[in-house]
Amino acid sequence: MKQKQNARVISQREIAPQIFDMWIATDLCRQAKPGQFICIYPKNKSTLLPRPISICQTDSERGALRVVYRVAGQGTAEFSEYREGDSIAILGTLGNGFPIEEAKGKKVFLMGGGIGIPPMVELSRVLTESLGMAKEDVQIVVGYRDLETFLKEDLEKYGTVTIATEDGSVGTKGNVMDAIASNGLTADLIFSCGPMPMLRAIKRYGEEKGINAYLSLEEHMACGVGACLGCVVKTKEADHHSHVHNARICTDGPVFEAKEVDI
Amino acid sequence: MNTRVTIAGVDFKNPVMTASGTFGSGMEYSEFVDLDKLGAVVTKGVANVPWPGNPTPRVAEVYGGMLNAIGLQNPGIDVFLERDIPFLKQYDTRIIVNVCGKTVEDYVDVVERLGEEPAVSMLEINVSCPNVKEGAIAFGQKADALYHITQEIKKHARQPIIMKLSPNVTDITEMARAAEAAGADALSLINTITGMKIDIHKRQFAIANKTGGMSGPAIKPIAVRMVYQTAQAVKIPIIGMGGIASAEDAIEFLLAGATAVSIGAMNFINPYTTEEVVEGIEDYMRRYGVEDVRELIGAVR
Repeated sequence: MKQKQNARVISQREIAPQIFDMWIATDLCRQAKPGQFICIYPKNKSTLLPRPISICQTDSERGALRVVYRVAGQGTAEFSEYREGDSIAILGTLGNGFPIEEAKGKKVFLMGGGIGIPPMVELSRVLTESLGMAKEDVQIVVGYRDLETFLKEDLEKYGTVTIATEDGSVGTKGNVMDAIASNGLTADLIFSCGPMPMLRAIKRYGEEKGINAYLSLEEHMACGVGACLGCVVKTKEADHHSHVHNARICTDGPVFEAKEVDI
Repeated sequence: MNTRVTIAGVDFKNPVMTASGTFGSGMEYSEFVDLDKLGAVVTKGVANVPWPGNPTPRVAEVYGGMLNAIGLQNPGIDVFLERDIPFLKQYDTRIIVNVCGKTVEDYVDVVERLGEEPAVSMLEINVSCPNVKEGAIAFGQKADALYHITQEIKKHARQPIIMKLSPNVTDITEMARAAEAAGADALSLINTITGMKIDIHKRQFAIANKTGGMSGPAIKPIAVRMVYQTAQAVKIPIIGMGGIASAEDAIEFLLAGATAVSIGAMNFINPYTTEEVVEGIEDYMRRYGVEDVRELIGAVR
């Protein structure tokens, strides 16, 4: 069930320039599914709208939820100043999440680009820890700008990690598609999150190879719960809610099968 | 203590409603709010056929508010009658349906279909959406056009009609008088104020439609002023809205002359706002010994 609550910050640190790693004490961690997100509300009354941020990891034993986000504007700049014990207004858990059952018995690519990498931590953790998949079957392919390879150690715990960097400082020079090609990697299923050009390339790749690909999309949101119709994506079929080929990313997504969406 | 108000013969348990377009048909927010506690749910605008709306980005944040240009995306009246009305009927609240169209015939079509649905208490006619090119705003910015469409709709409507007015006019009282003269049963105001935001880093408009309607707490003083002016100009009841974030804000609108109020953009920021405003009005009445909420309507002149 969706809930808005005032939670407490457990810890926060900057893990790369402008990339912050925050753990929040909240029981929402127990209902969170990989690929879901939460909304965080700035306290500054001039920046009103909630900020949708993907869930990076959950720890049910500690009752904690982790977000890793980039400071992109005033709202996230405010969040980055929160310290242990500070209150934080959150709404969650939101969105559909990745269809993890589909990964059973398959070899799967988890592809993340930039600030699309954080949800791959929870996804890989659930695939290996909860579904018992072998690390070789969880092929994590992530793309960074440079040698600031945040979350690399976390990802290595739960899968086999291949890295691409734009400047070639770590791993393959180029993007995640270049990393797959140059390392000769293959998979039967793709779960992905990242910038739109990367998601378009993955959609094409999936079509060429005949592999099902799931894309986690983002868009400017207002409500986060499916009421305002601000965050829509063009869909191939008229969906059950809009009846006009406009699925709501916040509620019908953020994860869509690549062939369903026109991006 | 009485919190009931009456608009055009329709009785509401309290003066708190939802603003069209911010609350869907209540489904999404029913997870947060007990819809039974609200005076009415005012639905997202519905047209005679499905409308796809505008390209994204459709929303952007601005200081103390937001811009939107959704473009009245809606599934059309058929789906609305099959899905949204039965959902709302489960609750003990009034249903007000917001109606949009591109031509007078479109509006009349929807109004006639809704006439067959007794669960719908009132119709709110959207002649003020700034984000669609045809229809809507074209009827809401010229007094003679507004008079004409109000008169036509009134001929076909079985329920009382509320004309929703645009603030994007030189003199809102001129529009209010035209609607009243044409037979409108009530007015609602204000719709969003046309605005613009430019992303200086990308050097492009923040909203694909270039302009968007501004809402949120930053527009409240403009809305209060327009409600006050309109209340002085017409005799029909007014539903006031524009940036209401709390019971204090809602009471301001009542004192300015509104019979009821709607909560819009604040639903996005605090999904419990509507219920909190209902409770807050009661607290205010207790604190100041107000026996009947109707004593507050237009009490500041």
